Amino acid sequence: MRDSVTIVGASLAGLRSAETLRRDGFGGRISLIGDEPHQPYDRPPLSKQVLAGDWEPERALLTPAEKLEPLGLDLRLGVRATGLDVAARELEVDGVAEPFDGLLIATGARCRTLPGTGGPVAVHTLRTLDDCLAIRAALDDGARRMVVIGAGFIGAEVASVAVGRGTSVTLVEALPAPFARVLGQEMGAVVADVHVANGVDLRCGVGVSSVAGEPGAMTVAMADGSDVYADLVVVGIGVVPNTEWLEGSGLTLDDGVVCDPTCLAAPNVVAAGDVARWTDPRTGESMRVEHWDNAVEQGRHAARRLLATDEEAEVFAPVPWFWSDQYDRKIQLAGRPHPDDEVRVVDGSTDERRFAAFYGRRGQLTAVLGMNRPRQVMQGRGLLEQGVGWDDALAVAAGWD
Amino acid sequence: MRIVVDYDLCESNAICMAIAPDVFEVRDDDLLHVLNEAPGEDRREKMEEAVQRCPKQAIAIED
Repeated sequence: MRDSVTIVGASLAGLRSAETLRRDGFGGRISLIGDEPHQPYDRPPLSKQVLAGDWEPERALLTPAEKLEPLGLDLRLGVRATGLDVAARELEVDGVAEPFDGLLIATGARCRTLPGTGGPVAVHTLRTLDDCLAIRAALDDGARRMVVIGAGFIGAEVASVAVGRGTSVTLVEALPAPFARVLGQEMGAVVADVHVANGVDLRCGVGVSSVAGEPGAMTVAMADGSDVYADLVVVGIGVVPNTEWLEGSGLTLDDGVVCDPTCLAAPNVVAAGDVARWTDPRTGESMRVEHWDNAVEQGRHAARRLLATDEEAEVFAPVPWFWSDQYDRKIQLAGRPHPDDEVRVVDGSTDERRFAAFYGRRGQLTAVLGMNRPRQVMQGRGLLEQGVGWDDALAVAAGWD
Repeated sequence: MRIVVDYDLCESNAICMAIAPDVFEVRDDDLLHVLNEAPGEDRREKMEEAVQRCPKQAIAIED
């Protein structure tokens, strides 16, 4: 039995893993270390309700104080893990070494930045509460024109909120079709249409050469020679896992902390959330998943792995799922489609922007996409968990109406 | 154990329904209905999973 567990990363995966340890009866010391000064908070509202000004930041706390306190966590906020020596079982926090018994790594990821936009130019990214409040302050100050670089789901949500606040938005995507990398061409276009219908100036297939100016007077120079003017520029071009502090630790790093199929990265060390890479037992593919639900699920799994013996350890085999709220549409995707999968609308219609669609490949159901169709997505997710074939899945969906 | 849903928070993501379809149901009107407000103790682990995995943290267990 372990005496103590140290969790590095006080966000969703870290906090949920701590709660799981207590729920499972672990009575030892749990240290939860986070580099942000804030109490652990939830990130989805940062590109939704908090950015819109509908919620104050306190409402985005992950666990209210009255529920956090009884867990008896050794919560160490505003400090940073700076190194690790797996063989010596030593963690380094702000440069000072300390021993650990069991270690859970949940250091997440940070925003990729646009090359050439470093330095003093005010280009926003959105990951942290402070990022959110900076963009919100610019909107509060009356920013009338916003450029969002990168039509991924964060960029799309920022665009949606800004439009809702009366800001005119230009959404720029280097790829020919937005969301196509995740949803494929056909469904990517359906989501893109929602933005166009809400008045967004969507520009695809053109890169950004440079961003210059100062807040309130920014110029985004496009690769096709055109300029777009804005009060505010937000970049959403993906994230990179926070693993630099683990260089030389003895762990294998490869776009994330490489774990075995049970989330074990080394003896006494597990990883969870955006930072963790593992081999999915369902597909044999190496995965790193940046979804909210995965942080919860993998945090729970990794916590239990840390208390289990090698014989008891279970593989982590989730069906990935995420949601995105854009305008009045709720988009949900379960599973992992490939861009060239067959796509079939099985419920509703894309014209109504209220539908469920199946993705399939080689006779297998691979993913379920829904727009304002949560029930069907979750039923489809159940089919994915069961590994149902394409024809059988279509037969089930035919009975939904 | 009683299941309490804060309908001001609930956004009908239907995760709870995937975890425990005998207790939670999102219907065609896209609204969540609790089918069994007092599930038995044997359902506790599933109910706690539903609480943790609700993206809006709209579900609570009252003992």
